[in-house]
Amino acid sequence: MTDRNGRLKNGMAIFKRTLHGTIVPVVLLIVWEALTQSGFINPQILPAPSQVLLKWIDYLKPLEPYDPANMSYLTWFFSGELPHDALASIIRVVGGFGIGAGLALPLGLLMGGSARFYQLMNPLVQLLRPIPPIAYIPLAILWFGLGNPPAFFLISLGAFFPVLMNTISGVRTVDEIYIRAARNLGASGATLFLRIILPAATPHILTGLRVGIGVAFIVVIVAEMIAVNNGLGFRILEAREFMWSDKIIAGMITIGLLGLAIDTGMDRINRYLLRWHRGMDQ
Amino acid sequence: MNDLSSPQLQIEGVSKVFGSDGTEVVALKDINLSITAGEFVCLLGPSGCGKSTLLNAIAGFSLPTCGRIVANGAEVVVPGTDRAMVFQEYALFPWMTVAANISFGLEIKKIPKAEIIKKVATLLEKLQLREFSDRFPKDLSGGMRQRVAIARALALDSPILLMDEPFGALDALTRRSLQEELLRIWMEFKKTIVFVTHSIEESIYLADRIVVMTFRPGTIKQVVPIDLSRPRDVASNRFITIQKQLSQMVMEEQMRFQKDEAEHLRV
Repeated sequence: MTDRNGRLKNGMAIFKRTLHGTIVPVVLLIVWEALTQSGFINPQILPAPSQVLLKWIDYLKPLEPYDPANMSYLTWFFSGELPHDALASIIRVVGGFGIGAGLALPLGLLMGGSARFYQLMNPLVQLLRPIPPIAYIPLAILWFGLGNPPAFFLISLGAFFPVLMNTISGVRTVDEIYIRAARNLGASGATLFLRIILPAATPHILTGLRVGIGVAFIVVIVAEMIAVNNGLGFRILEAREFMWSDKIIAGMITIGLLGLAIDTGMDRINRYLLRWHRGMDQ
Repeated sequence: MNDLSSPQLQIEGVSKVFGSDGTEVVALKDINLSITAGEFVCLLGPSGCGKSTLLNAIAGFSLPTCGRIVANGAEVVVPGTDRAMVFQEYALFPWMTVAANISFGLEIKKIPKAEIIKKVATLLEKLQLREFSDRFPKDLSGGMRQRVAIARALALDSPILLMDEPFGALDALTRRSLQEELLRIWMEFKKTIVFVTHSIEESIYLADRIVVMTFRPGTIKQVVPIDLSRPRDVASNRFITIQKQLSQMVMEEQMRFQKDEAEHLRV
């Protein structure tokens, strides 16, 4: 009985909290809707939220009616413009992030682990690090032309430095006491690195990965505006040319939702990998 | 095996100087001490008397500037599993479960898996940690964590156990129960223990011999043998007499420490 009561209470608490959190957005939407509906704001400049929602559904919907002879239901269901754009953007983020983080992680471990290698590489890293990935756009196009290659280049560059810097500092700031304890227990060399230094550095490394994928997501939008002709970034720029402000906003909202999904996913992974870490449980 | 007449741990003319050019600090100066197998020795003194420095030198983490240390018949040059250490901070690996912490040293020794499992189970049982074997250190109380740290050190089967203020952060009751447990383990496993503390009471409760150290440079002020039978009664007259005696000695050094600290602030 008490257990059931407790669960009920808990459910109520969550419901209340959710309700509380929706007040501000709902009020904002109502005011926005009212302002545009009353003609106070030109819908060309800022369309009503209802119009954005309709456009968003339109953007999401398959372009052609369902025909079982042509394709499976699932393929048809995701054949709209928005799913295609979102998928293209996700592939670029994941691919670019994979390349950038995949290069930064071993380099960071090496630089963090070896003082000599650090001294060798650090000046170059410090010089390149402040250059924003956006500044590489002209060079990227010059080197790779248009299309996916410059996009992947820019995105991986964006993910590279956050992962690198955090991995280096993670390895370099491992508490000396763990290393002493491990050496006392007979660990050295690769064992010391893989079983002590690497796990001790994971909180930092994961922070780097999370920042890295965030930057990759920013850069993908920019890269798509410049170099390719699909993806969410391309679509909102294209919509501007036709003055489709509703589609621009629908695209922006999709970008926001995708970013949120990626961050939530990273948070889940963090929580699992750092389940041993103090302050990780609520 | 060690024969009883030769010491298990021999410290010969050990000095340790930290820093260079101008700002040298003499942490240890000409320490001579010999500890026989199965002995329980406490290093006692105020902060800055070099007791932890001496322990770290025995462990092989930071070697003496001059002099030498011979442990188990070999000169100490690197950390070794023949001198297991229990640290003052919580040096358990937080990403490993209790069982994984204890088995870590055994895995490095490449001991067969079945044997490791058996050994870890025995140690968990001995230190009353059985139901915590799959927990992470963050889920344990301070006392429990130090039990794990002791179990991890015991797993190595090293003849010498080095302890650096292991109970310093515990409350009085937990501290006493762990002291009793440590004595039990010491007798059962016949370890040689070098135990660093700044608690006079703790040192009298535990040690066969107390080495009182001076504040900077760290030298041996006096070696006090404690011949009270165990379990020791902290309220007995003898205990209190020894406590007063030691207290006077340690306080002299504490005063020097405080004076030095004040001088440094003035500069």
